Parts: sequence; structure tokens; C-alpha cells
Amino acid sequence: MFTSRRGRIAAGIFAAGAVLTLAACSSGDPLAEDDSAGSGGDSIAIGAAGFAESEIIAQIYAQALEANDITVDFKGQIGQRDVYIEALNDGSIDLIPDYSGNLLQFFDDSSEAKSSDEVLAALQDATPDGLEVLDQSEAEDKDSYNVTKEFSEANGVTSLADLAGIDVPLIVGGNPELAERPYGPKGLTDVYGVDAARISFVPISDSGGPLTTGALLDGTVTIADIFSTTPSIEENGFVTLEDPENLILPQNVLPLINSDKASDKVTKVLNAISAELTTDDLIELNARNQGDEKAEPEALAKDWLAEKDLF
Amino acid sequence: MNLFGDAFRWILEPSHWTGPNGIPNRILEHLAYTGLTVLIATLIAVALGLYIGHTGRFRGIAVSVTGAMRALPTLGLLVYLAVLFGLGIQFALIPTIIVLVVLAIPPLLAGAYSGVQSVDGRTVDAARSMGMTEWQILWKVEVPLALPLILGGIRSAVLQVVATATVAAYISLGGLGRYIIDALPVRDYTTVLVGALLVTILALVLDGILILCQRLTVPAGVRAIRSSPGQRSTTKSASTVSTAA
Repeated sequence: MFTSRRGRIAAGIFAAGAVLTLAACSSGDPLAEDDSAGSGGDSIAIGAAGFAESEIIAQIYAQALEANDITVDFKGQIGQRDVYIEALNDGSIDLIPDYSGNLLQFFDDSSEAKSSDEVLAALQDATPDGLEVLDQSEAEDKDSYNVTKEFSEANGVTSLADLAGIDVPLIVGGNPELAERPYGPKGLTDVYGVDAARISFVPISDSGGPLTTGALLDGTVTIADIFSTTPSIEENGFVTLEDPENLILPQNVLPLINSDKASDKVTKVLNAISAELTTDDLIELNARNQGDEKAEPEALAKDWLAEKDLF
Repeated sequence: MNLFGDAFRWILEPSHWTGPNGIPNRILEHLAYTGLTVLIATLIAVALGLYIGHTGRFRGIAVSVTGAMRALPTLGLLVYLAVLFGLGIQFALIPTIIVLVVLAIPPLLAGAYSGVQSVDGRTVDAARSMGMTEWQILWKVEVPLALPLILGGIRSAVLQVVATATVAAYISLGGLGRYIIDALPVRDYTTVLVGALLVTILALVLDGILILCQRLTVPAGVRAIRSSPGQRSTTKSASTVSTAA
């Protein structure tokens, strides 16, 4: 058809353009409801927040439900809580893993609940109609204050309660929003009586990632807020300060689900997962995901289900 | 619209005009990052650009390398540099300035070499035949004639750097990015908008000042040619822009 080479190249470019255009037309809004998924049998749309751990847990849910003949539509990387709660409300997703304390504060920021069970009970009350939380797992991933081993030994500090008694300037490093959170520097003053004048704050926007770890190691900050399941805590021998007054709310992993989709079967599968998931599991899964192996959430979920002999 | 109203009220609130997180201090920090970046980038890029423009050598390489530099994601590069070189938070200014310089070099270089190259070959030849040395040709003929384009490069670099210097806040520095990066995670969109508005205003003001400089640096002889009837419309529109800014 095309005799000249130029003609063939032009045709190729045209075809590629046409394919791209068609692809763009068909994908549309990635959050839009997909009606084709729900034809016959149980189906559920599972979302994950915009970080690896959420993606891994969501994959565990997804693969377990699929193994029980439930059609799963997976929608990963949905950003932060306000975005995915909206997606749950409008029905673009039906299920997402979440953390008890933060979820409670999202629904009811005046709650006084402190212990893990209190938080769960309060959360069950606060969850709006149409949504519900299922059994919580023992696994927790929460903000934690960490110091280097040297700092801990030099100042005899192993708990947040020890901070008020030492005479060292406290330079807290963490995500910028920590400065505003009740468990941030203000909480150290209000709950543990640390003189506010001794605390300074360095905002580092990587959620306790390598920049925060580096700042703690080189002494730019003396205390760093790092999520408790981050492998770097153990790798660097950081000492996680105990929190006897529950300044930081418990953050147990639990499924947040659209009530319409919480059939007996789905509930049973998800509760079986929550019964097995532990904090150490999360640390190990994160380590394999973030370390040299760079394992994909999908593969990690598969391994975990096999290891626990579930489904 | 309500969000905009809130943002303007926030800006007008007197308590937001004092202290380390006050607007004047954040603007000064922002200007300091921008100034330092543009200074370093100008030294590097204009020197290179004049060399390339004058000699005509390495033009192809310069075009493709700076084109590729434009595609580097600033935030990714920032975190990469901060983590890779262990400069981290302790020396946060260094990776910040490096990434902003990388951003500023392409427009500066393009302005400088295209400015020199746009000088009429006959003018350069005339200068050479009058016995000027290559240095004299560069400084007395090419640079003055290229100045409006060089300044055009600076304008474009300043605009990009002012808009992007907000990333400094990501690795604990100050500047107007603090408003955006601090407020985003707590869903305080008013303050995010304040940051964005202040950056926009700052960029427009700086651009306005640079447009004036650009107009003042057009050599008198060239201006005479440009005000000939054929060129009038462009001069006119340029003056409208500068008064608007």
C-alpha cells in the first residue's frame, strides 16, 4: 500500500497516534465506577492509599477474596484519607485497609479514647452510616519517636517520660504536619511536661524516610518521628521511645468497608486475615519492599498468604 | 471564590506579617534562594553561551544537553541529591541550590548563545575588519547587541526558579513553599492557596522589573531600527505588558 519509506513511517506514526487516542478514550476517569465488573456473583472494588504498606495489605485482601470466588477490582494509589473516604462514599471503591487511631480522628477529632480497644469501640461508633470497620488486627503502624542508641545511652532516655528530666535541647524532626498534631511537640509538653522552650522542630517531608533517618544519624535532629514499621529503625539501631501515656493513638490495621459489600463471606475472609496479621509481619513485608529486594506488593501478599496458610 | 476570599484575608491578617513564619521573612528566604541560584546559573550559563555563540562550537551538544536537563524532575532530583550525597537535612541548601541551578541553566544558555548568534554576521565582520580583537568583538559588539536576548533568558530563568523554589520546603528549608508544604497534609487549602498566590505575585513583580531592564538595555541604534513602522506593533504590545505588570 505504501510504496515509499516515508509513506510507511507516516502511516506508522498515524497508527500509533490513533492507538493512543483510543486508549485515552477508553480509560477515562480511573476513579469512575466500573459497571462491567459487577455482573453476577459477589464483586468488590478494593482501594489502597498512596503508600506501599497500604498497597501490600490491600493486595492481601484482594488475593484472599479472589481465592474465595469474589470478583475483585483493584484500585491502588488513591492518595490520602480524605480522597479515599470520598471514593468509598461515592461507591468507586468498597474496601480499603486503614489504621484505627487516625481513622477515628478523621471521623471524630474530639474522641478521648486512648487504648487500642477504646479506640476500636469509639471508631465503631464514629464510623458514618453506610461504612463499617471489621475486626482489627494486632498489627500496628504508628508514629513513633526515635533517638539514636548513643543519645539514649548518654542521656538515659528510653521513654518519652524521661525527656522532661534531661537537660539537652530537643530537636524534633518529622513531617511538617506533626507540628500541628496533638501528638507532636505540643503533646510532649502537655502530656510529658517537656519545657516548650527546649523543643525545636525541623520539618522534613519524607514521612520518616531516608532524609529523616539521615538527619537523626548526623545529629541535625535529636528525635525523629518515624513510622513504627519502618525497617530503618532496626537497621540503624534507633531506640523507639516508649509512650506510657498513650500520647500517640494506637493504629491497628483494620478493613474499612462499604456495609452493602460486607457479606458474611467477605467478613469471614477479612477477619481471618486480621486474626493473623502482626506488626512484625508488616516490618518484614516493608523491609522486603523497601530493601534491596524491592518486592512488589502483589508478590509480597502472595507470600504472606502462603506463609500463613490462608486460602 | 470563598477560598480566594479566605486566602486574601489570611494575607491581610497582621499577625501573619511578623516572625520567622511571617510573610516578609518567607519572601526574603524565597528571594535569597532565587537570587543565589540565578547568580550561580548566570555565571555558568552565560559564560558558556557566549563561548558557544561566538565560536559556533558545541552548539549541537549544548542544545541537546540543556534540552535533556529541562526534563529532569526537580523534586526527584532534590531528594536524590539529598539522600545520595548524604547532604540531607544538615546541608539542605546545597542540594536545593543545585537542582534550581540545573533548572535555570537551559533558558539562560539558550538566551546567551542565541543572542550572540542573532547578531548580524556583517556587523561582526565589520568589527573584525576594523581591527578589533575577538575579545573586543565579543564585549563591544556581540554582548551589547545580544543583551536583550540574554536578559530574556534571565527573565525566563527567574520565573521558573521563583515558581520552583517552593521545593526547598520539602527538605526543611524556608521560603514560600513552607505555606504550601506545611498546609497540604493538614488539608488547610487556604494557606496552600496563600503560598501559591504569593509565589505568583512575586513572579509577576520580578518579571515586570526584568521587562523594564530588558527594554532599557536595547542599544540606542537598535532601538532606532526597531521603532521603524514595521516593528511598531511589537514594541507597543511590550509596553502594554510592562505597564500591566
